[in-house]
Amino acid sequence: MEFLRPRTWQEALAAKAEHPSAVPIAGGTDVMVEINFDHCRPTHLMDLGRVPELHEWEVGSATVRLGASVPYTKIIERLAPELPGLALASHTVGSPQIRNRGSVGGNLGAASPAGDAHPALLAAGAEVEAESVRGARRIPVEDFYTGVKRNALADDELIKYIHIARADGPQQFSKVGTRNAMVIAVCAFSLALHPARRTVRTGIGSAAPTPLRARAAEDFLTVALEEGGHWDSGRPLPPSAARRFAELCAAACDPIDDVRGSAAYRRRAVGVMARRTLGWTWESYRGEERSTRCA
Amino acid sequence: MRVTFTVNGRRHEADDVWEGESLLYVLRERLGLPGSKNACEQGECGSCTVRLDGEPVCACLVAAGQAEGRDVVTVEGLAGYEAARAGTAPREVGTVQQAFLDAGAVQCGFCTPGLVVAADELIERNPAPSDADIREALSGNLCRCTGYEKILDAVRLAAGRAAAPEEVS
Amino acid sequence: MAGTADTTAATGAGAGARTGTGTAGATAVGARTGTPDGVGASARRPDGTLKVTGEFAYSSDLWHEDMLWGCTLRSPYAHAEIVSVDIGEALAQAGVHTVLTYDDLPAERKNYGLEIKDTPALAHGRVRYHGEPVALVAADHPETARRAAAKIRVEYRELPVVHDEDNALAEDAPLLHAGREDDHAAHVPHPNIVHRQPVVRGDADAAARRADVVVTGTYQVGMQDQAFLGPESGLAVPAEDGGVDLYIATQWLHSDRKQIAPVLGLPEEKVRMTLAGVGGAFGGREDLSMQIHACLLALRTGKPVKMVYNRFESFFGHVHRHPATLRYEHGATRDGRLTHVRCRIVLDGGAYASASPAVVGNAASLSVGPYVVDDVDIEALALYTNNPPCGAMRGFGAVQACFAYEAQLDKLADRLGMDPVELRQRNAMAQGAVMPTGQVVDSPAPVAEILRRVKALPLPPERQWEAAAEGGRGAVDVRALPGGLSNTTRGEGVVRGVGYAVGIKNVGFSEGFDDYSTARVRLEAAGGEPVALVHTAAAEVGQGGVTVHQQIVRTELGVGHVTVHPADTRVGSAGSTSASRQTYVTGGAVRHVCGLVREEVLERGRARFGAHHPAWTSAELLLEGGKVVTSGGEVLASLVEVLGDEPVEAVGEWRHRPTEPFDLTTGQGFGHVQYSFAAHRAVVEVDIELGLVKVVELACAQDVGKAVNPDAVVGQIQGGTTQGLGLAVMEEILVDPSGRVRNPSFTDYLIPTILDTPTIPVDVLELADEHAPYGLRGAGEAPTLSSTPAVLAAIRAATGRELPRVPVRPEHIVDV
Repeated sequence: MEFLRPRTWQEALAAKAEHPSAVPIAGGTDVMVEINFDHCRPTHLMDLGRVPELHEWEVGSATVRLGASVPYTKIIERLAPELPGLALASHTVGSPQIRNRGSVGGNLGAASPAGDAHPALLAAGAEVEAESVRGARRIPVEDFYTGVKRNALADDELIKYIHIARADGPQQFSKVGTRNAMVIAVCAFSLALHPARRTVRTGIGSAAPTPLRARAAEDFLTVALEEGGHWDSGRPLPPSAARRFAELCAAACDPIDDVRGSAAYRRRAVGVMARRTLGWTWESYRGEERSTRCA
Repeated sequence: MRVTFTVNGRRHEADDVWEGESLLYVLRERLGLPGSKNACEQGECGSCTVRLDGEPVCACLVAAGQAEGRDVVTVEGLAGYEAARAGTAPREVGTVQQAFLDAGAVQCGFCTPGLVVAADELIERNPAPSDADIREALSGNLCRCTGYEKILDAVRLAAGRAAAPEEVS
Repeated sequence: MAGTADTTAATGAGAGARTGTGTAGATAVGARTGTPDGVGASARRPDGTLKVTGEFAYSSDLWHEDMLWGCTLRSPYAHAEIVSVDIGEALAQAGVHTVLTYDDLPAERKNYGLEIKDTPALAHGRVRYHGEPVALVAADHPETARRAAAKIRVEYRELPVVHDEDNALAEDAPLLHAGREDDHAAHVPHPNIVHRQPVVRGDADAAARRADVVVTGTYQVGMQDQAFLGPESGLAVPAEDGGVDLYIATQWLHSDRKQIAPVLGLPEEKVRMTLAGVGGAFGGREDLSMQIHACLLALRTGKPVKMVYNRFESFFGHVHRHPATLRYEHGATRDGRLTHVRCRIVLDGGAYASASPAVVGNAASLSVGPYVVDDVDIEALALYTNNPPCGAMRGFGAVQACFAYEAQLDKLADRLGMDPVELRQRNAMAQGAVMPTGQVVDSPAPVAEILRRVKALPLPPERQWEAAAEGGRGAVDVRALPGGLSNTTRGEGVVRGVGYAVGIKNVGFSEGFDDYSTARVRLEAAGGEPVALVHTAAAEVGQGGVTVHQQIVRTELGVGHVTVHPADTRVGSAGSTSASRQTYVTGGAVRHVCGLVREEVLERGRARFGAHHPAWTSAELLLEGGKVVTSGGEVLASLVEVLGDEPVEAVGEWRHRPTEPFDLTTGQGFGHVQYSFAAHRAVVEVDIELGLVKVVELACAQDVGKAVNPDAVVGQIQGGTTQGLGLAVMEEILVDPSGRVRNPSFTDYLIPTILDTPTIPVDVLELADEHAPYGLRGAGEAPTLSSTPAVLAAIRAATGRELPRVPVRPEHIVDV
């Protein structure tokens, strides 16, 4: 095994081009477990810890440009107003020690269906900026996940930034685990209201081979909110519509039975989380609307 | 490979480090600092918690090469770290460590090094933590012996003493 | 060389050494409080400072100049024939010093075992469980050893897997151990049954006809892991005399040695063992793990060898709690008097016997719980299967039974329309009650009282997640809700439930086992002060035995300064740190030997000073505060004066009163030396839509006879309670039908975090057992029993579901 220590982004890209099998390591919260438990023995380990861009973020007018290695703790502490869903998701990652090291770039690189960031990225809307010596490209996060622990990156590519839409409305994230802390998701759900565009987006984790959006549920809810005049009135959705939304979210799942939970339970739990997060986000939207009108 | 970094204020060099070694292994097996513990080596138990450039992290998940040039504080240097922070004379046993003794929070003690490092960081960051804050801050540190009640007692005690240091005998 | 805590290796000529053998009740002097930090005080741990500063040397911290690292190659199959093993390529690797297989075992004896020697040190021709050790490597770096192990080529031919009762006991079932010659082989109905113990008393059939209400149930307990945090590890150092020095984390040095030496082909005295720091045990270190392996590698290479399992390997490196299926029938009259109990308890012992026979004995004899039932028909047995071997874990046998009988009591209360605590109290045993084994309970049994106490506690306030929140009305603290940080509810779907349970556990080794311990105590004057040294082989695994030994010496010899010698095999056996027995038995031994030292001191005092004061011969004399005093308080001399330059030292064994085996067909017999009782009240909040549970409070009341160290007792109760909580809602090793372990990691074998653990109020009762030293009652296990069924009762109360299995999973609660 060889240990590579690029000091700049260009050095990192060059190294990855030269050693396509090199495993990038940032927080180490996935890679080191694999090594410690003898599950992987890469030819090269490439430490991205010294590449400054990866640890920085920039809040733009419409998006946040998040460096791939920005640890979850920073997202919770510094970016909650702009990225509320991702901040909530970040708060459910592992433990404080893990959140101090783990990052969204790592979550994407591992592409585990159980990664906590994925549902929040899907719901908010995000693009992954990948780069190689051949050039840079932006991949919509929906297209980034290609299979269980597989992603759209080419062998010579590295994740530089994640461009995440700034929240224009309430966002929520819920995750089911069989412990009250430090637990890998049995399944997870994220919901973002986008009042500016009068749409909603969802993200489901750990209930299919890849993280995914419940598109039929999104479409149903977008139409239901529009047709009922809810965005303007702020009136809550009728319970039957909320139930239907939950059913459609559950139906979007394609889960398996594994040591963490059964497929049937995952479907059920996604439905419950969908219904609850819809209630919370809508309540929050109404509250914001009221205070905006009063002001 | 060679790795050079600072541990508890002292510069250390380790040679012939295998590239897949963790910071934890280097501390324990190469630098003679076995205080950080190897209970799970997968970041689930917190018994190897150290401060890496000030942040509490699991040393088992830091590749040795990533520690190059960094500043590490382990349980062995915790009392000194606290004293340096507070500008007081170093003691053998820090405030949190003493509170663990006084509250009876130590049984087998394997989780203790990680817990005292994590609890010290909590009190540094949040001098008056609520019980829920303590539970959240320590949720990455598993203990199998105590049921955590006396660990909570210890952290409350330490926070109280840190807030009123003159009362510590 | 790193040793254990507080190591003053006081040696010497042992002038004035006495030896003696005592039994319970032989010493009449009661506990006095004349010397600070004695019996009854919450004295500090002698190893505490080392543990909080990181300097305490655990077995995985050991280091030796020039040492090698050992590594184990384990079977990927649960049942397979080993067709061939090729070590050539592994041995050729640079840095590899040796590779060992079964063929390298040096002695006639190849197998070991706690009672039944059925476990091969390395597999021979056949593997019987997933993870069984097949070969060993020693190399100069752990990674070199791992890579070499991966190059050992083993050809397996898979065999049919025995995985449950039906296929284990089929007529044509593959036999795990053909040609058994152990003590149980003759009486078991099938060779795949390790041991079977019926308990029959009265006439259950006739009694059943008197019952107004009968409830039945089938219950299951999953495979729990001890999950001690300090991984299995040790350092073996070859010695010039051809022997070996082994520094190891274990629960019983002498039992280990007895199993190790014959496999190494060495006499026991050439296997010298020293206890290294132990990072928890809970039963998981009662069996050998890498002890023999490290010694084999060290003896073969002539170099010190260190072995440390990682967490993955640890799940294969020790036995687990027996999974069990328990079928129960309880009957009662309309007024809530139990008429009879019938039950059949089937425990899965896995591939090797380990502690299975004793687990069967406990399950059978304690299967009715702390209740008076005159008519019982009970059967308990353990199977041999190709599942992971199961053996000792905190409360063994009794834990499984308690989960089932307490569920039955709740079911019965429900059918009778009676309060569940009331029903329990109505049938609770008390001192003088007769166990199903015919044994009379001859010390306090405050079962009704401990139930009363937990019930009388005020309930924690409702909707505590609102009280915990900052931010005013409507705000919630998700950390106080089911799901915790995962943010799944703000109170939706959350229902509270309250449940109760009580349990009974035996203390000490039972069924006629010669359960003794040995202590050496030395008293001398040093630097003008009397100082004592206490030396036993008792394994300090975190419970605080070292503290207790100091306290006893302080009380008995009146000296403040007591050093604990590292536990090793230079002193006689202390027995196991298990079965809640060490404070009782090794505590008893230390106390007994202190008595011998005291006699010698007084004898010497009489010889030197007797002429000066008549009290030396006429009064009852005590050692207190560093002085010889009369019972009236008059000081006769200081210990320093009496001792002079010559230490007083004594060594002795002490054993509790004998027990007897259970009759093989009726289960009758004085099988247990003491019983221990705890009760819990659980308050839970359940998200009934997601099936997530938050245990809000888990109150415990327990009788400990005498709290030798009150803080440590509370720590034991809270820790045991939490392990019971883990079994209730999350902890299980999952084994698939092919016998493979599916979740050998802390990512998927979950133990409670501090956010899963509730407030645990503890009410300690001290009703003396006159048969035990200081009246104490073993305390470590009882709280693990009743915790689990109390939590389950509370979840049932919240959900209305039957939930006959632990750990309960969200799927069971939402019923999908």
